[in-house]
Amino acid sequence: MEKSPVTMRPPIRRRWREFISMQNMLIVVLVLTLTTSTLIPLITLFSKAFINKEEQFIGLANFIKYFSTPSLAQSLSNTIWISVLSTLIAVSLAFVYAYGISRTGIRGKSYFHYMALLPLFEPTMMHGIALTYLFGNQGIVTNGFFGLLPEFHIQIYGPIGIVISEVLYLFPQAFLIFITALTITDQRLYDAAETLGAGKIKTFFTVTLPSVKYGLISAIFVCFTASFTDFGAPQAIGGNFNVLATDIYKQVIGQQNMSMGATVGILLTIPAIIAFAVDRFVDRKQRSMLSSKSTPYKIPDGRLRDGFYHVFCWVISIAILIPLITTLFASLIKVWPYNLHFSLKHFDFSNVAGSGLEPFYNSLKVSFITAIVGTIVTFVFAYLIEKSRTMKGLRQVGYFLSILPLALPGMVIGLAYIFFFNNPNNPLNWIYGTMIIIVLANITHFYAVPFMTATTALKKLDKEFELVSESMRVPFYKTFLKVTVPMSLPAIVEIAMYFFVNSMVTVSAVVFLRSADFNLAAVSLVNMEDAGDVAAAAAMSTLIVVTNIIVRVIYELILNKVKKRTAAWQTSSQ
Amino acid sequence: MSQAYLSIQGVDKSFGSFNALKEINIDIQKNEFICLLGPSGCGKTTLLRIIAGLEKPSHGRIIVGGKDITSLPPAKRNFGMVFQSYALFPNLTAYQNVAYGLQGKKFSRKEIDEKVKEVLSLVDLMHLHDRYPAQLSGGQQQRIALARAIVLSPDFLLLDEPLSALDAKVRVKLREQICELQEKLGITTVMVTHDQEEALTMADRIVVMKNAEVVQIGTPEQVYDEPNSPFVADFIGSINFLEDEEYGGSIIQRNMAVRPEHIRISGPGSATGISAIVKHVEFRGAFYRLLLQTVLTGQHLTVDVSSQITHHLKLTKYAEVSVEFPQDKMINFPSETMVVGA
Repeated sequence: MEKSPVTMRPPIRRRWREFISMQNMLIVVLVLTLTTSTLIPLITLFSKAFINKEEQFIGLANFIKYFSTPSLAQSLSNTIWISVLSTLIAVSLAFVYAYGISRTGIRGKSYFHYMALLPLFEPTMMHGIALTYLFGNQGIVTNGFFGLLPEFHIQIYGPIGIVISEVLYLFPQAFLIFITALTITDQRLYDAAETLGAGKIKTFFTVTLPSVKYGLISAIFVCFTASFTDFGAPQAIGGNFNVLATDIYKQVIGQQNMSMGATVGILLTIPAIIAFAVDRFVDRKQRSMLSSKSTPYKIPDGRLRDGFYHVFCWVISIAILIPLITTLFASLIKVWPYNLHFSLKHFDFSNVAGSGLEPFYNSLKVSFITAIVGTIVTFVFAYLIEKSRTMKGLRQVGYFLSILPLALPGMVIGLAYIFFFNNPNNPLNWIYGTMIIIVLANITHFYAVPFMTATTALKKLDKEFELVSESMRVPFYKTFLKVTVPMSLPAIVEIAMYFFVNSMVTVSAVVFLRSADFNLAAVSLVNMEDAGDVAAAAAMSTLIVVTNIIVRVIYELILNKVKKRTAAWQTSSQ
Repeated sequence: MSQAYLSIQGVDKSFGSFNALKEINIDIQKNEFICLLGPSGCGKTTLLRIIAGLEKPSHGRIIVGGKDITSLPPAKRNFGMVFQSYALFPNLTAYQNVAYGLQGKKFSRKEIDEKVKEVLSLVDLMHLHDRYPAQLSGGQQQRIALARAIVLSPDFLLLDEPLSALDAKVRVKLREQICELQEKLGITTVMVTHDQEEALTMADRIVVMKNAEVVQIGTPEQVYDEPNSPFVADFIGSINFLEDEEYGGSIIQRNMAVRPEHIRISGPGSATGISAIVKHVEFRGAFYRLLLQTVLTGQHLTVDVSSQITHHLKLTKYAEVSVEFPQDKMINFPSETMVVGA
């Protein structure tokens, strides 16, 4: 093609004024915020593993030392086999349970569904406490239900206790993945299998299993990572059985050996990063599986099958309920197991480790602020990344930094924050030891999942809304507030609840960050347990769970109201 | 020719190594209704987005009313736009949707109310003003979107495949309504479509595009009767491309083509016609479409014949007929373009 005269095709002049728009500024702020809150602390932490106390570079010396210290290397293998076993059990149980709810005709499905989620509202320490009451030296099972049954002794302090706790902790996470994977299916495939004469077993292996393949992979990795990095269960009931997460705690809090803590932190992050990569891959694959023409699954009749699943789901749901009931019971009686009279004295925390009810109020405050600030930040960030047209490169960086926390164990975030914010040269040093750093750590720790919830909700909105507004010369924030936010209310409420509930139960990140005069409820469980105030710990656990259940109920009420109000907006075809 | 109102001058657009638009030049008069027509991927939507300011051209200029707006953001261009999806705000009523762009500007509440009511009556939807989009039919949503686009009295209107999501019946009705409205308001309009019938019925002029380039610009009659290339002839309406051959009395040259409705059919054994056999008969309601094959050369021809003639000549499968090509209806292409479409 010949070159046309210059006058015909003048170069486009890009104006600075256009570049310095409010939206672009916000994207820059977004990336800077995420860099400061996630990336730099992380780099600071990891670099610490390669230097000694005198700030000299020592290469891999820390890792060599770690693997040549028998007790430390032992924790690594402990952690691995505990995680493998917990994952296997939790994934199998959750799969059958989710299958029962989504693919059989059992009754009480919504009861079973909520029961499966119950452990999400409990601090993992609570499982350990409950197990102590059940199988410990004075446990109700150990002494055969007050002598009614023969005595039953198992060594609950150690791997058995940890695995049981982990299974309780992992079960809802695996369940949520499976219930989604099993619900996303296409009846037409089953019809096709039937017309081709495939039997039930063949259909299961050729249709059902392939359709949940990615869910299965994802559940296995999520569960393995979660139990690999969990701190609460081994701390509560591990006894002398060491795992990586408790090692970090001991190295950092006990021995002040920061660089060894950082070394263990890196080891702790490796499976999480692999899981993160697998999850990204799986997510992309799974999205392409369902077409808009898919028809929902029709549950075939099967009395024997329903009977089996009914029993199975009841057994599991009761097993999930037992620790909570035990804890509740233990917190409300005088002296376990000798004096079973009702008493509220354990709820008077004034003479136990910690300082009265203050940790609980602190937790409420932190969770509330985390929920409010976290929800606003998450939604605005997701909006800027999803709906802006400019600064594509920066938005991609922002997206990556937003899902990165998925790969970060809470302990690693906590540790990274110590290194980064406790440095006197850091201009943000002043937030160290205050509530702000705890809220910041919580938001960073839990940010990725709400971010993806928000992104999914935003993707459902017509991508032309912003363009229409722009063509009408309406500023983007007006459309954001008047259209985007109201349309996304269900997701926003869900995000707020997620932040609140998780902030109430978390220990891993904040255990390093709370200060002596600002303790949190879930962390105080660790102190109470250490000091032997198990009944008080049970009482505190009860408070946490009850709070979370109340918040969940409020969430359901709000959601109902929102749904009723927005019913007229929904397209009738769906 | 008078000074163009909306002028696209030498616009290029490339995404990486892919050229979405090459050297586009279009002059649009004030009050004109222009259709950008072409197969998917021809660049028509990219061009519309460049006019709107949603994309930046790699080269070239967009002039509106003598003013270069190439580097202006969409908000500073003063246009109305209707999207394929309508993009109505689902949480606002029809009234609120139309009022949306007026609020926060220098209008009083009373002025806003007057303007909204005026355009709502213009699209005949005043009685549904308090409905949410989900409670309106597709055609009604479309008209609300149109009302919202014109309420700010824009300099020009951009329509991005506005009818493609609608049922056939509603589509025909809305075609008329949009044209009527456009005429009444006298607003310069650019519409993107891949539907040739839509373009033929609605546009003052059609811009036919293919592979990132403009192939032909002309009135509907011009592009239909005098297509400048086999591509245009084939894309708009049906067409028979003829082999280089002498058929009885009519001399047919290579590079010639004829529309199915212009071929004349008579009974077998006509002195001037070419013999052909009916290979297939397709009932089209108002007429029959026949597929013929000439006896001599085996050339396939598509011919539209009225029901009356079909019955009169008893045209069924394997019937023998004579075919004539009226010279004044033959379409002739410059020879080098013939390769296209082969």
